[in-house]
Amino acid sequence: MAITAFDFEKPLVELEQRIQETEQQEPRDDVALAQLRDELEKRQREIYAQLSPWQRVLLARHADRPHSMDYVNALMTDFIEVHGDRFYADDKAVQCGFATFADMPVAVVAQQKGRDTKENLVRNWGMSHPEGYRKAMRVMRLAEKFGMPIIVFIDTPGAFPGIGAEERGQAEAIARNIRDMFTLQVPVICVVVGEGASGGALGVGVGDCVLMLENSWYCVISPEGCAAILWKDRAMAEQAAQHLKLTAPDLIELGVADDIIPEPLGGAHRNPDDTYVNVKQKLEEWLMKFVDKTGDELVAHRYAKFRAMGRYLETGKEDV
Amino acid sequence: MPWFKKDKYTTLKPAVMRDRIPEGLWTKCEKCFAPIVTRDFEENLNVCPKCGFHHKLGARERVELLIDDGTFEEMFTEVQPTDALKFVDSKDYGSRLKAAQKKSGFDEGVITGTGQLDGHPVALAVMVFEFVGGSMGAVVGERITRLIEHAADNGLPVIIVSASGGARMQEGILSLMQMAKTSGALTLLAAKKLPYFSVLTNPSTAGVMASYASLGDIILAEPEALIGFAGPRVIQQTINQILPKGFQKSDFVLEHGFLDLITERGEMKKNLSIMLFYFTGRKGDRFPEAPEEIGSEAATPVDEVVEAIEPATADEAS
Ligand SMILES: [Zn+2]
Repeated sequence: MAITAFDFEKPLVELEQRIQETEQQEPRDDVALAQLRDELEKRQREIYAQLSPWQRVLLARHADRPHSMDYVNALMTDFIEVHGDRFYADDKAVQCGFATFADMPVAVVAQQKGRDTKENLVRNWGMSHPEGYRKAMRVMRLAEKFGMPIIVFIDTPGAFPGIGAEERGQAEAIARNIRDMFTLQVPVICVVVGEGASGGALGVGVGDCVLMLENSWYCVISPEGCAAILWKDRAMAEQAAQHLKLTAPDLIELGVADDIIPEPLGGAHRNPDDTYVNVKQKLEEWLMKFVDKTGDELVAHRYAKFRAMGRYLETGKEDV
Repeated sequence: MPWFKKDKYTTLKPAVMRDRIPEGLWTKCEKCFAPIVTRDFEENLNVCPKCGFHHKLGARERVELLIDDGTFEEMFTEVQPTDALKFVDSKDYGSRLKAAQKKSGFDEGVITGTGQLDGHPVALAVMVFEFVGGSMGAVVGERITRLIEHAADNGLPVIIVSASGGARMQEGILSLMQMAKTSGALTLLAAKKLPYFSVLTNPSTAGVMASYASLGDIILAEPEALIGFAGPRVIQQTINQILPKGFQKSDFVLEHGFLDLITERGEMKKNLSIMLFYFTGRKGDRFPEAPEEIGSEAATPVDEVVEAIEPATADEAS
């Protein structure tokens, strides 16, 4: 297989190679082939039933994993991309536009990574500058004005940390988006398809629901960043991932995510087509919950949803 | 006795404090390294008398600096931290919290409450840098959100003094969501046309800057404060370039259009007091000589006054 494989995927890749070889043998040994296929199925179930948080982080970053625009192209029709924040530039780390989904016009905000180095230089590895957040808000306000639901695909290793980003107000752009998304009078459906890193993700992440692909992650900091600060060693990222509670099931448990979109055995990159079917189904299901609500109902529901997030003790005493 | 006289804000340490600090103690300025008699240093609000550098000011001292003597009522102390993720690095987070409480003398990363500023009723939050670097976890987010909601319900302007390195990592995604919660609450305040003043002190970075600290109707900063999204070290590592001089300091941020004004510590209360008058239409103690009251809190409902004045709000600006 041409695709890159992580250590924990290697036994599967070997089995797949043997299956391919056996298929091409003349005469074909159907008994052996069936055994190999059973073995592959069994090993896949074993390996993917007990993925560690760190292994999920690796899957979320897999070079062959479908990216946001792959979902737009597979699930939606007649996508028309619009560019620029009408102020400074067109940030290519986030693609925005309008498309047809579930027989209706929708607005799309898609944080987009590149597939190779050349593409990543254009997409800045999915790391937006302030103008990316401002473009997204411009498109979301257009959607609101013309009554379109908004679908947000989240996949970023973070907002870009650079001189220009600071000069143009990275913090302000993200803060304003977070606040203003609370006021949008149309449905906002967010789906984390890969990496949801910190404010870079939340800057387009205030939705009526937050869906997560099975092997995506969403956290306040990347495992490497956390390891560098708390363990003083980026190599401790695996350990940090274990503690950060950043997987989809963790976020359901913590009341941040609303639903998990299942991935085919082996992860989205092993079977993109089945992944698209699953994402389409869940997106439609969740969109339908909100399309008939009034703007005020949506805003009230969105505030209540995020208002409830956070865990703390509540003591009876007045003074500490 | 009053700690701060109503109309003098530059030399403010009371005699009682002066007597507590023994003669002969010296403090060294972090910037110019000048030795300063500690008593003089504290009298000058931790601002270096030689070079004007603003050293960190304790959260309680900040409340005392801004709020009229004896009027501050701390609220939401019932909201207390917990180790929601059972997070462990070299120590477990629960032990870290206890150690931080013991070391800092504060129960969490923010003090919230109501009080009067030159007679103006206000809701005030002061972040506690002494407590885990003023990092924002669920308690900081919840207390600030409750404060903003309380202010919206009771017609109070909000002042938040930030001093924070960002989100509290040990609370994972829940700390990130405090950015959403607090920013969302500000829409309630804006809907009531109540002003929000964001005061940035050294440092104000990351999670707080990417949420409420950047969302003030008016944003004030102390001189030379570090203000930004990403920390300078992260940026330097990412782009592999030397950062420009003064990068992410107050002057730089003002030059790039993200601050309304830089205000020295000794002038902060005065400037807030004047703007509270402009933005609420209610006069505090600072303008006793003004010939005519535009509106007094007792006589005129806030809504009517505000309607008459029509201050700019975050909503209108966006
Ligand atoms: Zn000095």
